[in-house]
Amino acid sequence: MAKYLLLKHYRGAPASVNDVPMDRWTPDEVSAHVQYMNDFAARLEGTGEYVDSHALSPEGMFVRYDGEGRQPVTDGPFPETKDLIAGWMVIDVESQERAVELAGELSAAPGAGGRPIHEWLELRPFLTEPPTVME
Amino acid sequence: MDEALLRALTPTVIGVLCRRGADFATAEDAVQEALVEAVRRWPHGSPRDPQGWLVTVAWRKFLDMVRADASRRQRETRVGAEPPPGPGGSTDDTLRLYFLCTHPALSPASAVALTLRAVGGLTTRQIAEAYLVPEATMAQRISRAKRTVAGVRLDRAGDVATVLRVLYLVFNEGYSGDVDLAAEAIRLTRELRAKVDHPEVSGLLALMLLHHARRAARTRADGSLVPLADQDRGRWDARLIAEGVEILQAALVRDRLGEFQAQAAVAALHADARTAEETDWVQIVEWYDELLRVRDSPVARLNRAVAVGEADGARAGLAALEELDPALPRFTAAAAYLHERDGDPATAARLYADAARAASSLPERDHLVRQAARLNARRGP
Repeated sequence: MAKYLLLKHYRGAPASVNDVPMDRWTPDEVSAHVQYMNDFAARLEGTGEYVDSHALSPEGMFVRYDGEGRQPVTDGPFPETKDLIAGWMVIDVESQERAVELAGELSAAPGAGGRPIHEWLELRPFLTEPPTVME
Repeated sequence: MDEALLRALTPTVIGVLCRRGADFATAEDAVQEALVEAVRRWPHGSPRDPQGWLVTVAWRKFLDMVRADASRRQRETRVGAEPPPGPGGSTDDTLRLYFLCTHPALSPASAVALTLRAVGGLTTRQIAEAYLVPEATMAQRISRAKRTVAGVRLDRAGDVATVLRVLYLVFNEGYSGDVDLAAEAIRLTRELRAKVDHPEVSGLLALMLLHHARRAARTRADGSLVPLADQDRGRWDARLIAEGVEILQAALVRDRLGEFQAQAAVAALHADARTAEETDWVQIVEWYDELLRVRDSPVARLNRAVAVGEADGARAGLAALEELDPALPRFTAAAAYLHERDGDPATAARLYADAARAASSLPERDHLVRQAARLNARRGP
């Protein structure tokens, strides 16, 4: 099995096909979307492929070390141009093909008009432990 | 409380329940519950007959489960009768469990999980922790696996080769968690070897022992990888090596070579060399040729090319490499190594950096980045 991270972006990914901001959807469309995401996670738990998921606030800041004995420097809020991650899901699957298949399904979550968003999701393999037998 | 004993008894007790007429899935759950109860009660003194105790408790749990299920469905049930008399478990029961849990209808990951639970006696939580997934996810993986094999009859022998592949997976992809999966794979392979007479079972056990012997030398305290050539051979476990070599030799004289015996032979030749320089690479190449004859694979070809580079010089190794697909895992790392040996540090450094980007594990990536950095530092800015 191999673990993959599915990254959802607030911005920074290419534009989705059904590209309407969520606050322009009807309340029912928002509910349908949330339901789809929950059902998706529950289904993956049922297939033994779910590991973790979490949503992130768009708020945040950059932080960096500023030298011995000084407070870290912060910078924020994020500029409009910054790639902004909205959340993630971690899956544990048999193959990359399966990871792509699941990412495709997640990207089909309904949006405005109840139609699939066709959102671009970033799919990233985890680095693993090395195998014991290498020679 | 002897956890090792409990775990060793697990498949036997499942076998007894199944022979009394229990279905595998429910029997397996019942035995897990009996194990939990044993963990709770045995600290106050183990029973004189642990297996008998487990069978009694597991059978009671099984009846409770079936009754609960029956009353839930509000249906007549014939269960509740005394169990038919029968022997108290046999080698064959456990062997059949190995075949069932590694049934070809199961995906490799499902077979691994089911084997660790039903044959290895591990709890779902332990297996989940070992594979770094939530317990609920692992529980689902196991119950799906049980549904997949629900229709499989327990009285048929399976193919030993499929069992060996699953045990190899447990050994080779063992994560470092609370449960030592490599040691567990060795234990289960030992058990299997006591029950079935097959030179490849010995081959796999020898392979595992010979690699396990190097474990202390394979990583530094900080988790970084030590390549075979740089390992402190004084830290190799001589006892495991001796046992592995003995098992391998006994298997090889039977003249039924298989992939695991051939791989173990390579590992034994490395174990034979007191220093990396003393390694008999010519013989190692010959064993890779044997391996390719019994089971051709791109990975074996890649490893052979590296061995050729040691036996006949880097040029010969690079020539062997040229016949392979550059998309192979570790192809670029092997090319980098051979180019450095060939006296071309600039190409080697570039390839090491490329290999690092393509590495699938963190210790390998860090190792490859260090190799690139070492060569770049030597060449100056």
